[in-house]
Amino acid sequence: MDFNLLWFILLAVLLTGYAVLDGFDLGVGMMHIFIKGDHNKRIAMNSIGPLWDGNEVWLVTFGGAMFAAFPEAYATIFSGFYVPFMMLLFALIFRAVSLEFRSKREGRAWRGFWDFGFFFASFLATFLFGVAVGNSMIGIPLDSAYEFTGNLSDLLNPYSLTVGLLAVSLFAMHGTIYLYLKTEGELQQAVKGWMWHTFGTFLAIYLLVTIWTLVKVPQATQNFRDFPWAWIVVVLNILAIANIPRSIHANRPGFAFISSSCSIAAFVFLFCIALFPNLAASSVDPATNSLTIYNAASSQKTLGIMALIALIGMPCVLTYTTIVYWTFRGKVQLGEHSY
Amino acid sequence: MELDVVLLSRIQFALTIMFHYLFPPLTIGLGLLIVIFEATYYKTGNEVWKRAGEFWIKLFAVSFAVGVASGIVMEFQFGTNWATYSRFVGDVFGSVLAAEGIFAFFLESGFLAVLVFGRKRVSKGFFLFSAVMVSLGSIFSSVWIIIANSWQQTPAGSHVVQMMRDGTPWFQDGQPVMRAEIVEFWGVVFNPSTVNRLTHVWTGCMVLGGFFVLSICSYYILRGRHLDVAKPCFKVALVFALVGSLLAAATGDSNARMVSKLQPAKLAAMEGHFVTGEGPTGIHVFGIPSFTSDEIYLPIEIPGLLSILVYREFPPETAVIGLDAIPEGDRPPWQLPFIAFHTMVGLGTLFILFTVLGVFFWWRGTLFKQRWLLMIYVVMVLGGFIANEAGWVAAEVGRQPWVVHPTVVKDPATGFAALNEKGEVHYEKIPRPTPDGSDGGMMVVGLRTADAHSKSVHADQVLASIVMFSLIYILLFFVWIFVLNTKIQHGPATPESGDETTVAGFLSAAARKTESMTRPGQASDSAAAPGQHIVEQDVHPHAPTDGIDYVPDRPTNPKDRNE
Repeated sequence: MDFNLLWFILLAVLLTGYAVLDGFDLGVGMMHIFIKGDHNKRIAMNSIGPLWDGNEVWLVTFGGAMFAAFPEAYATIFSGFYVPFMMLLFALIFRAVSLEFRSKREGRAWRGFWDFGFFFASFLATFLFGVAVGNSMIGIPLDSAYEFTGNLSDLLNPYSLTVGLLAVSLFAMHGTIYLYLKTEGELQQAVKGWMWHTFGTFLAIYLLVTIWTLVKVPQATQNFRDFPWAWIVVVLNILAIANIPRSIHANRPGFAFISSSCSIAAFVFLFCIALFPNLAASSVDPATNSLTIYNAASSQKTLGIMALIALIGMPCVLTYTTIVYWTFRGKVQLGEHSY
Repeated sequence: MELDVVLLSRIQFALTIMFHYLFPPLTIGLGLLIVIFEATYYKTGNEVWKRAGEFWIKLFAVSFAVGVASGIVMEFQFGTNWATYSRFVGDVFGSVLAAEGIFAFFLESGFLAVLVFGRKRVSKGFFLFSAVMVSLGSIFSSVWIIIANSWQQTPAGSHVVQMMRDGTPWFQDGQPVMRAEIVEFWGVVFNPSTVNRLTHVWTGCMVLGGFFVLSICSYYILRGRHLDVAKPCFKVALVFALVGSLLAAATGDSNARMVSKLQPAKLAAMEGHFVTGEGPTGIHVFGIPSFTSDEIYLPIEIPGLLSILVYREFPPETAVIGLDAIPEGDRPPWQLPFIAFHTMVGLGTLFILFTVLGVFFWWRGTLFKQRWLLMIYVVMVLGGFIANEAGWVAAEVGRQPWVVHPTVVKDPATGFAALNEKGEVHYEKIPRPTPDGSDGGMMVVGLRTADAHSKSVHADQVLASIVMFSLIYILLFFVWIFVLNTKIQHGPATPESGDETTVAGFLSAAARKTESMTRPGQASDSAAAPGQHIVEQDVHPHAPTDGIDYVPDRPTNPKDRNE
């Protein structure tokens, strides 16, 4: 294995960490709009209160790692998706602010405004992530200098928009299961019903996107012919998805959450398999204009130094993450410092 | 008029970074003070320090949140608006930025959660440890980002090479595609300006953190409120700000000397020094720059002082390099760096003056009777913000037109810039590769800001995002001020509340918690409803006022916890 492949895998790990962890807090944000009563709304917000900031760091580090390891891809993708990324930044800032300031003051209008902002920003961010994934799957127009030559309407194609909805339904389900774990009593009973609804919605969109991908996106399945072992992950993903309703039914929400986490991890893995070895596939002249893990990479020396930094840093990161999640285990309690 | 995408991207970067930079120096400085307060509490067990810690952590958390929210923008903006720059520097700059993510951001965000939400969930020792980790995380963050920025100012440990494509050198439209790559990692980390700039940034953080605490404590002392917490915090912050101000002057001097050697154009711009001339160079203590010509109105000049400071010679003899010795296309606009630099130095002088005065009155035992001085402290925190921003304006505008500054050729004998036959400063060059192998001449090893933007992004898109950022940052700013004000008006917890260890205190807290749960709409929302506190204090004179915080981790009766 060379450093380029190692960094492709490390980026996949960071993306998985982000999708699994921020996935549930974005999901909580989307479900928040359905929760009735100020107290319950605060319970929901505080279920992610100490965690969302750390979860978002996975995204920031993913961006930084991509900048370091594959600067050409970082430059092309971020400048090519300019408008969606600006909307994403807007959503992420607005979400953080809504969460931080919502409960700092009484008043229906004040709290209502931030409640809607929290929902909308969570929805928008999730949807945009899905749209970005969809576009990466079908490829974007790149010229011979690897510059994006399309415009916004190219990015808003039906396939990518549907993948956006898949992301929304997936994170909504993931967040709902998380909420079920963190709540008690009546609120938990309401959340239980939502677990079924979100699962049903997710399942329908999942089937639609799977069929669409198999039929209309041939390049996405090419690698599965080259690496037949990747089918194992497809099967594992289906098993994980199937285990979600089974665990909910058996009243074992912990297993349901682990299953939805595994399913998200499998989605990221399958996405990476579909892309490999591309980071940004060009829809124009794919053989020469696509950015791969080789032509987009930093020097071997830098990839090696970065690998060492990751080797030192990642165990620390996992340690802090574990400490924080362990500290805030159990049901949500509201206190003086709560949101 | 055609909108200029480079100019718009620069405006956007300036807007977003200047908004963001209100917060990091504040949280770094305040974070250190919180460590001092919490460590004192840990050592002495004196509840005053605990209440102080809790209060400042609240203000810290609000500011940190805005800093994080605005910081995400910075991480992405290199790619969105400065794609050509990102391609050029990614190998070096990107690596340093990624290191910041791995080593600093996770540390900060993880332990901040413990600091803000976890006092009841962790031991006293672990809580202090978390405070130290948050502070350390924010300091690591400053280390890596200053390394990244310093490398652009004074590149080292790297070389600029042509990129390969499909195994052959890459030419785009006949021009070689170049980029910087790491040669020696520690050379990048300890590039010639890192240490100087980092220490100066830290002193800026100390000044801002110190004056922030001084401001709020002075306000309380003037109003006669929360004196038990305000006075001890004031004294710690005064010493902290004094040390910061004095070190800022010392590191500022060594920074200016470093700049005079490595970026003479920047020093000339900051000083408004146009003509090198013969003999010693003076300093403009004051002046109003003309924006249409190279002139300074109402100048107050101390002759020879710049030569004394730069060359450490007395009597001064040697002329300092002026803007006329910089090749014409490589001169920075001097007005902004001049104003920013003089603002920073002027404010720095005031910081020293007023902290020394404060310590003097403390020694005389009349510190808290000097109402005029306390009033000055209340507003001086604005100076702390402005000085930090101004320093960066001077540093960043002063390095224009370069985004990655080329290395100035030095005279090995003096260590200062060597002048070429035209009497001008010149830069290290490498041969320019050509597709047919012919002589392509020499090229400067640097990147101009004008060439660094994203080629696929249009001006109207950047204009739209500037409008978006402006609106959301205005909103964010006012909400931040509003919440800060609410928390300051609410103040630290009152002394009676520190009694959570007794059974009575605990039970009454639990009782109140249950009671408040039954009142929808105002459930346990103490931070948002200061008025509610007063009412409840009247009802339960001996109950902990912030007792709702002291609930057991596991509820005894789950039904009580739902509406």
